[in-house]
Amino acid sequence: MSTKPLSRRALLTSSALVAGGLLTGCGREFNKSETVRKILGSAEDANFAVHRALGDRMQLAREYDEADLSPEFQPNGTRDPATEEYNAHAANNFADWSLELTGLFERPQSFSMAAIRAMPQRTQITRHDCVEGWSAIGKWTGVPLKLLLDAAGLRQSARYLVFHCADRLSGVRYYESIDLLDAYHPQTIMAHMLNDENVPIKNGAPLRLRVERQLGYKHAKYVQQIEAVESLSGVYGGKGGYWEDVGNYAWYAGI
Amino acid sequence: MDGGLNKERRKAAPKHRLTTRLWHWVNAAAVIILFMSGLNIFNAHPRLYWGSYGSWGDPAWLQLERFSHWMTIPGYYSLADARMWHFFFAWVFAIGLLIFLFISLFNRHLQRDIHISRKEWRWSAIRGDITKHARLDFSHGDSKYNVLQKIAYASVLFLLIPLMIFTGLTMSPAMAANWPWLLDIFGGRQSARSIHFIVTWMLFAFFVGHILLVLLSGPARQLRDMITGGRKDAESS
Repeated sequence: MSTKPLSRRALLTSSALVAGGLLTGCGREFNKSETVRKILGSAEDANFAVHRALGDRMQLAREYDEADLSPEFQPNGTRDPATEEYNAHAANNFADWSLELTGLFERPQSFSMAAIRAMPQRTQITRHDCVEGWSAIGKWTGVPLKLLLDAAGLRQSARYLVFHCADRLSGVRYYESIDLLDAYHPQTIMAHMLNDENVPIKNGAPLRLRVERQLGYKHAKYVQQIEAVESLSGVYGGKGGYWEDVGNYAWYAGI
Repeated sequence: MDGGLNKERRKAAPKHRLTTRLWHWVNAAAVIILFMSGLNIFNAHPRLYWGSYGSWGDPAWLQLERFSHWMTIPGYYSLADARMWHFFFAWVFAIGLLIFLFISLFNRHLQRDIHISRKEWRWSAIRGDITKHARLDFSHGDSKYNVLQKIAYASVLFLLIPLMIFTGLTMSPAMAANWPWLLDIFGGRQSARSIHFIVTWMLFAFFVGHILLVLLSGPARQLRDMITGGRKDAESS
């Protein structure tokens, strides 16, 4: 029977294919292929599903003590939006900054910084993990996002929240989005204070999102507008965030 | 102790079962991809710290130049793409490992071939094996692996690989929220990242040692046997 040499050949051929795949795996063309991305990207979906299936879906991220604070909180992304409009706000200590809630709300409205500060606050000392690998621990104070959503009356049809920011990277407006599970998580806050002072410009003044169970790029800085939407496909590049659109980063950044 | 029939069957059995061979090659691909994409990910921040936090302004215990692109997947700097490769093949590796452990426990491969008996734990026995290895004598009598092999395989399977998996999970902010004990076991996220890096090179050393031993013990035959299965009795010849 000739089955043995045949299967041997088949095995050798398939190992050669694997080796070839490895080599081409290093190439740009191979990595930019939609099929390859789809297959590899399935792991991201698996991570998302497993993380959400494990334990309590409202599980808190670890909170630390004052003694654990990073000496300096490293910024990620934009360090200063430096647009004319932003500079004017900065010169005015962000007194006229406002946060617009738009889209699928019963009562779309605008919150002034004073109104946000007057609402019940949450303070948390948490670890910020950048996708690059570094971590920084900071003390954040802000209004729980849930309170803003309740005040504006989030509609049943809303599935995601889109955070529109004041900073631009290579001329494109920064934005991010989260689902409602993260939106209503107790540690998800719109923070205006870092380590007992107003959030510095490099860390997202005057208002930034904290979504503690995800990586740094999800924590939108310089937030001007929160839009409730049913789907992310019509928003900017359609992938739910600036880095997702331009850099192929995962929308779910829990890992 | 072996009956004649049992011996006969032993002779006919391949040296490596099909499941072992399949796992070996899937693993080989997964481990190489995990290693090379991991280096690409490391390049995004080539500094390591101990404790919970650590960034550019904090003291690093190790700061390296970035790894050259011929060593990384993809072969150019892309954190997003490297993460995609890394996480996909982490699943391939983890699922393969689970199946392997399950089957190996079931067919007693672990108990029979990897388990190190008290007799083998004697220093004299280990020293004897080291001397034999130094003379490039790789025979192992009746059992499938000699004691050094067993120590190597057992520490990879039950120490290094679990360390890799759990330090990897610790770096995920969502997993660290789900399983906060991960942070306590490893002493913080940045410690976990450092251990992940150190164990990478321990596994790399195992990989190099593995290849070296194959080269020294008849590479053509070893490679052939890991593809076709080979025969048990051909081993001692």
